[in-house]
Amino acid sequence: MSLKIKQDHARFRDIVRGRIKRNLKKYIQKGEMVGKKGKDFITIPVPTIDIPHFRFGERSQGGVGQGDGDAGDPLSPADGQAGSGQAGRGEGQHLLEVDVSLEELADILGEELELPRIVPKGKDRIIATRLRYTGISPSGPESLRHFKRTYKQALRRQIASGSYNPRRPVIVPVREDRRYRTWKQVPLPETNAVVIYMMDVSGSMGDEQKEIVRIESFWIDTWLRKHYKGLEARYIIHDAVAREVDRETFFHTRESGGTMISSAYKLAVDLIESEYAPTAWNIYPFHFSDGDNWSADDTRLCVDILQTRILPAVNLFCYGQVESPYGSGQFVKDLKESIGARENVALSEIADKDAIYPSIKTFLGSGR
Amino acid sequence: MDKHTQLPARLYDIRKRVEGFAREYGLDFFDTIFEVLGFDEINMVAAYGGFPNRYPHWRFGMEYERLSKGYEYGLSKIYEMVINNDPSYAYLLESNMDVDQKLVMAHVFGHVDFFKNNFMFRHTNRKMMDAMANHATRVRRYQDKLGVEMVEDFIDRTLSLENLIDYQSPYVKRRPDRAAADAEAEDARQVAKGFETEREYMRTYINPPAFLEAQQRRLDEEAARKKKFPERPERDVLLFLLENAPLERWEHDVLSIIREEAYYFAPQGQTKIMNEGWATYWHSKIMTEKALDASEIIDYADHHSGTLATHPGQLNPYKLGVELWRDVEDRWNKGRFGKEYDDCDSFEERRRWDKKLGLGRQKIFEVRKHCNDVTFIDEFLSLEFCLDQKLFTFGYNEKHQRWEIMEREFKKVKEKLLHMLTNFGQPLIAVEDGNFENRGELYLVHKHDGVDLKLDYARDTLRNVQSLWRRPVNLHSKVEGRGMLFRYDGKEHTDRRAEL
Repeated sequence: MSLKIKQDHARFRDIVRGRIKRNLKKYIQKGEMVGKKGKDFITIPVPTIDIPHFRFGERSQGGVGQGDGDAGDPLSPADGQAGSGQAGRGEGQHLLEVDVSLEELADILGEELELPRIVPKGKDRIIATRLRYTGISPSGPESLRHFKRTYKQALRRQIASGSYNPRRPVIVPVREDRRYRTWKQVPLPETNAVVIYMMDVSGSMGDEQKEIVRIESFWIDTWLRKHYKGLEARYIIHDAVAREVDRETFFHTRESGGTMISSAYKLAVDLIESEYAPTAWNIYPFHFSDGDNWSADDTRLCVDILQTRILPAVNLFCYGQVESPYGSGQFVKDLKESIGARENVALSEIADKDAIYPSIKTFLGSGR
Repeated sequence: MDKHTQLPARLYDIRKRVEGFAREYGLDFFDTIFEVLGFDEINMVAAYGGFPNRYPHWRFGMEYERLSKGYEYGLSKIYEMVINNDPSYAYLLESNMDVDQKLVMAHVFGHVDFFKNNFMFRHTNRKMMDAMANHATRVRRYQDKLGVEMVEDFIDRTLSLENLIDYQSPYVKRRPDRAAADAEAEDARQVAKGFETEREYMRTYINPPAFLEAQQRRLDEEAARKKKFPERPERDVLLFLLENAPLERWEHDVLSIIREEAYYFAPQGQTKIMNEGWATYWHSKIMTEKALDASEIIDYADHHSGTLATHPGQLNPYKLGVELWRDVEDRWNKGRFGKEYDDCDSFEERRRWDKKLGLGRQKIFEVRKHCNDVTFIDEFLSLEFCLDQKLFTFGYNEKHQRWEIMEREFKKVKEKLLHMLTNFGQPLIAVEDGNFENRGELYLVHKHDGVDLKLDYARDTLRNVQSLWRRPVNLHSKVEGRGMLFRYDGKEHTDRRAEL
């Protein structure tokens, strides 16, 4: 049996996440409980919404307590106001935040950066969700009344209250007996998506640059996963030649040598054409580099591949240029001139870690 | 039909035994129905304030989340819950050990005895279970008709005002009876006399009836203008709004639901210390003297001490309550009361004072009938008790940026405690004028007793009052010793200095 209160609870969660009733947002307090998991202390966020009342200012009030101590001794901070404020419980115990699911994380990201929801490509061809009548609820519109269940409920009540006579089986439902169909949105069929991460691992890309790429790709992953159930990720690294690697290798490889970006794009095209038919897949290539391409000729080749083979097939092509100790290259400017105006292209220059957020916003802000 | 048969046989037997002990001790309670619930259900019921069915509102979901998370992470668990109703309903957590269930039952009978006999509860609806369900149905119906958002927004706004009721009103008569009031008004009514004349036959010529009538009308109008509205300050602001605000029918109904529930829950808040103390007193008495098996003692001691644990910054009503009850019983057993005892200055003599009166039990039963938390503390919290229990006051030290223990002096502690409890710890706010400055504005006055209001909340609450009253609303209060008039006219807030 699903509990009645789940509806209230869902509504509360929606308010906390800012989906509905934004007028209450300013009353949300980030309370927390301190618990223990193994050896570690953990904080469990318990947001509350405080409806305003006429009431006394807290600080001017104080209260009465019980226990040892002299006048002037401090109370431990958590004690003053029960259930709110800081959770300082002395030093040396570290607090881990728990209970944020990736889904919630994505929500928070979306909220902070005001990202639009992604509109899957080819909406007219792929039906993304369907309504299905799955459940039964004690309230609902009359047109959805479930007669059989209503009568069953009435019968149950009459038997329980002893007013049912098997010899004269008359069942009269009252208002509380009524049952209604409720529906759920079911994604059918699932939309598929693939992210192709490409990274330049030439000698000029240091650890710091890779860290930036790692953080950024984590957030992109999280956000896309929220929108696509079956998200696949492929990883390509390149210097003068490109190869496909697993996730682990992608983030930890350090190569040396020159940079031929076209090699990565060719490999990406191969992947797309052999495995991800653009009609069935939402495709997101992300490319990170410090922008120091080998030659102008290769850059021209890259632009050519992008224009003729990648851009027509993908939802969004993103290029992030990470600033390296050797300065920033020319590639992003070249792209800007040639394809910057295309609507499924997002270009961003990432100077340092602080620039990650605006960069994510550039990449995902288009809602494609 | 026996309503108790749904209990498993094992619990049914425990229940019968514990109930027997409770009756032996003289507890007098409504028939009590115990229901066994899983943790999810018990969290739901607790979130609903003890009822299985409430109107839909997100704040119950909020409470549910808090309780569920506390339970999931093993931080808290609900032991007992009981509602003031006839028959009374109490809930047992399925996964509890038998010794816990025993303890809970004994505790519950204490509560129900208190509900039944304490004067504060005399006016509460003993069929609240049904009333709550009806409220739920009514609100659901409005939501079906008008949409969830609209009804919920209105509930949000009225909940913001739910403490603006008159906590004393069920026990005193604030307004004169309609008939008596009319008669009084009739007596005070000025009758138009017209011009004076000594010649009887000239009277109708000098004061023709039409002239007299006109004069009478003028007098009546003048009286009506002078008459204040409301005639005396109305502390039941919700009632005033119900009677005078331009509400839609559904709004009127929802507001009256919120008000009714606020009045129902109020006595529980006003007797928290007494009630929890009373229940704890009885469960420990019943358990230790009668119901406990030898094998259960460790678990019982563990759970009992958990209930009574104290933390420096919080007052545990269970602990304070039970200690005070025991103190009262002890004092009346030993005759430590009255003029003779009060006048005794010798510390040694007071310590050894024992007249062997044995009046303790009788006294506590009496007290549970006639007191609430305020009078209980006022009457029975003694210097010795205060020292014994290590009570202190605390406050926020701006200089050190922290909460600190302020004082241990008996007088100060008692004063602070009483202040916290008076009017349920809520500011006293009343409607002074429903036609402020003759412009149909609402004028509320906060009776300032040394503690300022939380201003941002006060402004937001004022906004909610305005949304019901429709015309501008004003609130007079004091901020740092100076009188202030807060005003919200539906568009913006203005504050100005104003003394009463």
